[in-house]
Amino acid sequence: MNRKDLQTIIYAEKAKEENNKYKYKIHVCCGAGCISSGSEEVLKKLQEEIKQRELENEIEIVPTGCMGPCNQGPLIKFEPNHTIYQKVDCSNIASIVQNQIIDKKPIEEMLLFANFRTKAFINAQEDPFFKKQLKITLKNCGDINPEKLEDYLVHDGYKALDKVLFEMSSEDVIAEIKHSRMRGRGGAGYPTGLKWETVYKYISNQKYVICNGDEGDPGAFMDRSVLEGNPHRVLEGMLIAGYAVGANKGFAYIRGEYPLAIKRFELAIKQARKMGLLGNNILGSNFSFDIEIRIGAGAFVCGEETALIASIEGKRGTPRPRPPFPAESGLWGKPTLINNVETFAGIAPIINNGGEWYSEIGTPKSAGTKVFALAGKINISGLIEVPMGTSLHEIVYDIGGGIQHDHEFKAAQTGGPSGGCIPAQHIDVKMDYESLINLGSIMGSGGLIIMDNYTEMVDVARFFMEFCMDESCGKCVPCRVGTKMMHDLIKKINDGKGTKIDLERLEELAVYVKETSLCGLGASAPNPLLSTLRYFRNEYEEKIQKA
Amino acid sequence: MGFMKFNEQQLAEFNRLVARYPEGKQKSALLPVLHLAQESFGGWLSEEALNYVAELLQIKPIEVYEVATFYSMYHLKPVGKYVFEVCQTGPCMLRGSDNIIQYIENTLGIKPGETTADGLFTLKTVECLGACGYAPMMQLGKHYREHLTKEKVDAIIEECRKNAAVNN
Ligand SMILES: Cc1cc2nc3c(=O)[nH]c(=O)nc-3n(C[C@H](O)[C@H](O)[C@H](O)COP(=O)(O)O)c2cc1C
Ligand code: FES
Repeated sequence: MNRKDLQTIIYAEKAKEENNKYKYKIHVCCGAGCISSGSEEVLKKLQEEIKQRELENEIEIVPTGCMGPCNQGPLIKFEPNHTIYQKVDCSNIASIVQNQIIDKKPIEEMLLFANFRTKAFINAQEDPFFKKQLKITLKNCGDINPEKLEDYLVHDGYKALDKVLFEMSSEDVIAEIKHSRMRGRGGAGYPTGLKWETVYKYISNQKYVICNGDEGDPGAFMDRSVLEGNPHRVLEGMLIAGYAVGANKGFAYIRGEYPLAIKRFELAIKQARKMGLLGNNILGSNFSFDIEIRIGAGAFVCGEETALIASIEGKRGTPRPRPPFPAESGLWGKPTLINNVETFAGIAPIINNGGEWYSEIGTPKSAGTKVFALAGKINISGLIEVPMGTSLHEIVYDIGGGIQHDHEFKAAQTGGPSGGCIPAQHIDVKMDYESLINLGSIMGSGGLIIMDNYTEMVDVARFFMEFCMDESCGKCVPCRVGTKMMHDLIKKINDGKGTKIDLERLEELAVYVKETSLCGLGASAPNPLLSTLRYFRNEYEEKIQKA
Repeated sequence: MGFMKFNEQQLAEFNRLVARYPEGKQKSALLPVLHLAQESFGGWLSEEALNYVAELLQIKPIEVYEVATFYSMYHLKPVGKYVFEVCQTGPCMLRGSDNIIQYIENTLGIKPGETTADGLFTLKTVECLGACGYAPMMQLGKHYREHLTKEKVDAIIEECRKNAAVNN
């Protein structure tokens, strides 16, 4: 298929959409979370109900990816009114359809957030949960059917690829991404354009693009939801990256524990191949590119880029020292670009709207938006996207609906086992890379674990250390032995058997492990400990005194 | 079910997996081939199965052992028909996963890593499965089971027993 053919298809699909005979659409969230709470049965029942009432010509039912408020699933949304019902089950479908469509009187007590808000909104977009968000990466998640390429095409899908292939050189693309000031979303926040430029500059007959979908930080589920909700967006980002750096082969490394994400991404690859969006001479251009999926096998450390590459090569996923960086010598020794899922998902909008547009969102040093996964003791857990620089307070109270059971907010953990906690006195912090570092934490990949006043911080430090101990690959001694020793000491204190000397020893070890570990896992493993010590030292001391 | 050899269809899949990688890099297919072997040979990898994979890929058995022991998704012991992979990580713990694990241990009479005598259930504790929005949770086959409570656990066990009875 060439460029013209694609445009013809898009026109046809758009026309179809505009002449849509349906008066209503019903979106049924089919993210992994909603599926497990029964959304597939709801979908079936809804289809039956519509058929029975002979409304098939008026109502279209669309299975979609994650809508965000995962805790409230299964969710169904009525368009064009944006009315969302929560915790829907098969037994109340008939009455929902009757009230919403026939009588036009939404059932208030079943609307989204009816159990948290004094008044639930009939138009869910007016609820602070949605109003305070800005969706760029997640834009089509929850609105399109992730298993239909046509749905993506209608929403400007592959428009950026078309633009890149026929109107831009590799240098232009890189300049645009640099201009956007986008930073990698995998955790370290390295400038994306700069990374692309580095790979571009290495001369080699073979280069690779890798998408890092090994998401394993406790509390993180951004990448899973993007892969499940809009796989073509990630694929398009990888294609554009391949064009920019001069690669013709890509690998998407997805966690083995994410079967639905794998299934949907595999389907997307198949569809793209069939349409000529992957393969030789894409859309009739000189650019050829193909993508393979690699499924992980359960090792957190494989998210680290050099370990991930070792894993693709069929080895144990152990990191190696850098340099050389993958950009110079990556997969099978070839220059390799490796970016995170969310990073790739952000590329197409930058190409479509321009780097300037993106750079103006967020804060001067942290451009754009960030997807966060809300978990822990928060009322509305789920997936959100906000401009960089949004305050933690807004996220927890306006978007997240506050703390469960009206308890007090005590702290939020960012950056998972590599990050730290933000205590209540800093709840007004602006969520961007620099501000979080100033508080001794990091942005990390976007997991935001909320803790209430009943959470014991020594215990929190213990479970993060336990995680690092379990996930240490064992290659370097400081990490392998150090995380175990620190874990045992924290546990001793937590169990009320610790001494002052244990605490001193713990602090010494933390510095030592931080400075001497081979990779980021060990180097950052002491962070949750140090951060809880920084803000909640009294809790350690109380436990020691009681001992 | 113990170890056999790949049947024709599985061999075709094996060849497809190997063909994805450049000449001379057939070892790269090791992880996907181990996934395939585990799926094909009853949910776990015996020593024989590991040797067979080494032979197929023309690499040393030690290269296969090294990898199979490193990754937590490869089972080196027989597992039950239903594997409860319960998340034990922080966010799930904050929402009570400890109690759920304890409850499953008591109900089924097994500890993590063990299988019930009737070969039906294996309990496994795992790290964050990226489903913290609906904690506490577990994975069963390809599906998440979320917002776990004792009642839900009972219902899941019941459902598995029923399915097993039907399949027999
Ligand atoms: C222990 C460890 C685990 C990591 N896990 C992930 C991960 O799951 N996903 C990810 O994208 N990056 C992860 N990273 C970061 C990667 O090494 C790499 O920096 C990232 O994929 C680059 O993509 P970006 O520039 O788009 O952020 C991890 C790093 C370390 C040290
Ligand atoms: S902590 Fe259990 S799924 Fe994330």
